[in-house]
Amino acid sequence: MTYHFDFAALLPYWREFARGIWLTVQLSAVSTVLGFVLGTLCAIGRADGSRGVKWLVAIYVEAIRNTPLLVQVFIIYFGIATLGVHVSANMAAVIALVVNVGAYTCEIVRAGIESVHKSQIEAADCLGLSRFQTYWHVVLRPAIERVYPAITSQYVLLMLASSITSQISAEELTAVANRIQSDTFRAFETYIVTGVLYLLLSFVVRVCLWLFGLAVFVRRRKLGTAI
Amino acid sequence: MSAVVSLSNVHKQFGALKVLDGVSFDVGRGEVAAIIGQSGSGKSTVLRCINALETIQQGTIDVCGHALHDAGLNRRALHLDVGIVFQSYNLFPHLTVEQNIMLAPVSVKSVPKKEARELAREVLARVGMEAKAENYPEQLSGGQQQRVAIARSLAMSPKLMLFDEVTSALDPQLTGEVLRVMEDLARGGMTMILVTHEMAFARKVASKIIYMHQGKVWETGSGEMLDQPKTPELRNFVGGVSSDQASASV
Repeated sequence: MTYHFDFAALLPYWREFARGIWLTVQLSAVSTVLGFVLGTLCAIGRADGSRGVKWLVAIYVEAIRNTPLLVQVFIIYFGIATLGVHVSANMAAVIALVVNVGAYTCEIVRAGIESVHKSQIEAADCLGLSRFQTYWHVVLRPAIERVYPAITSQYVLLMLASSITSQISAEELTAVANRIQSDTFRAFETYIVTGVLYLLLSFVVRVCLWLFGLAVFVRRRKLGTAI
Repeated sequence: MSAVVSLSNVHKQFGALKVLDGVSFDVGRGEVAAIIGQSGSGKSTVLRCINALETIQQGTIDVCGHALHDAGLNRRALHLDVGIVFQSYNLFPHLTVEQNIMLAPVSVKSVPKKEARELAREVLARVGMEAKAENYPEQLSGGQQQRVAIARSLAMSPKLMLFDEVTSALDPQLTGEVLRVMEDLARGGMTMILVTHEMAFARKVASKIIYMHQGKVWETGSGEMLDQPKTPELRNFVGGVSSDQASASV
């Protein structure tokens, strides 16, 4: 059995690939920022909120972590449409990704928050810091610093998982690949190229998050502790 | 009212366990009070109650004009008047020494950063730690961390300072450097309450010694009280401590 690879057949489509990559990058970047904010707020709620808030967050987190992302994407895309609100596929994709990664982030950050010793909070309280100031200065930074490697992995996964939104025809990299392979009948080559592009994107995301960590966690940088 | 701290008939229970059983004492302005006693005698709990870190079931506590037993207590105002230093230092590990000290003045008192930095240098100089301003806590010895913790409290210019077994985690040499700082503070007129196992220090620096036993103030007096204990419990305690120290130095 011989198969003749013909990557040249894909060359005319480089603009399509580029557009797909760009949308994947946008989807991931926006979902990363919003998902992180959502997840951190939920983590605070779950660690330190009232009983009602704790329950609400727990239900949200468990519902998301125990259902497939694809189903979540469909529920949000078709659900919003059923409610009579028109959102673009891209917008629905962002919402689904934010809701999804927010739940995972919540659990990671909560672990970080719980690792901050009670005596630290007591010391801040005794210095007169308000609850908000204590969270901001004394709890969150060390907490996130501690779980940063896990957060990094989670956001690389998010970028890769954004490929699922091709199913609601958000025009990101995988959706573009689907179209190109049906045009060219070069499925194998198309997905090899797509795979390599994702690999490069993952590398870029990791480097970005690493640089971000270096910029934010000054102590790690100064003391030379790896992140 | 000249008393900075005044406890009257304070009762506290953890579940069924009676920790404080009718504790009363006063500490006046500029006075240094040392609370001594065995583990479990309630001495650390008393200190924590004075800073509203524990609630009480009965009795009254007045600290710098704040009624701690009152439901409407303004904790923040209380904490501006009272500084506390803990056994485990509790420095913020992700901040430098200087940032540890600047945090509260900047965020609680809205002191401009530049002034806060000068303030930090000033209090660090008082505890002999100005050379370590840029270091992180983990780069310091226990004694140095404790001196920074004292400086961090001083930066808020408290009217009263509490010390909760601040040298218990330190070896004798490091204990010495921390005690010297505390002695300077006492000489400078700071009102202080310390829970300590350092009998020699208590005798030398404290104007009032409070011996606690089974959640009660068992005996109160000046340094001489340790030489002529009235109660067998204090005699035992003093004897036990000095023989401990004797055996430790062999």
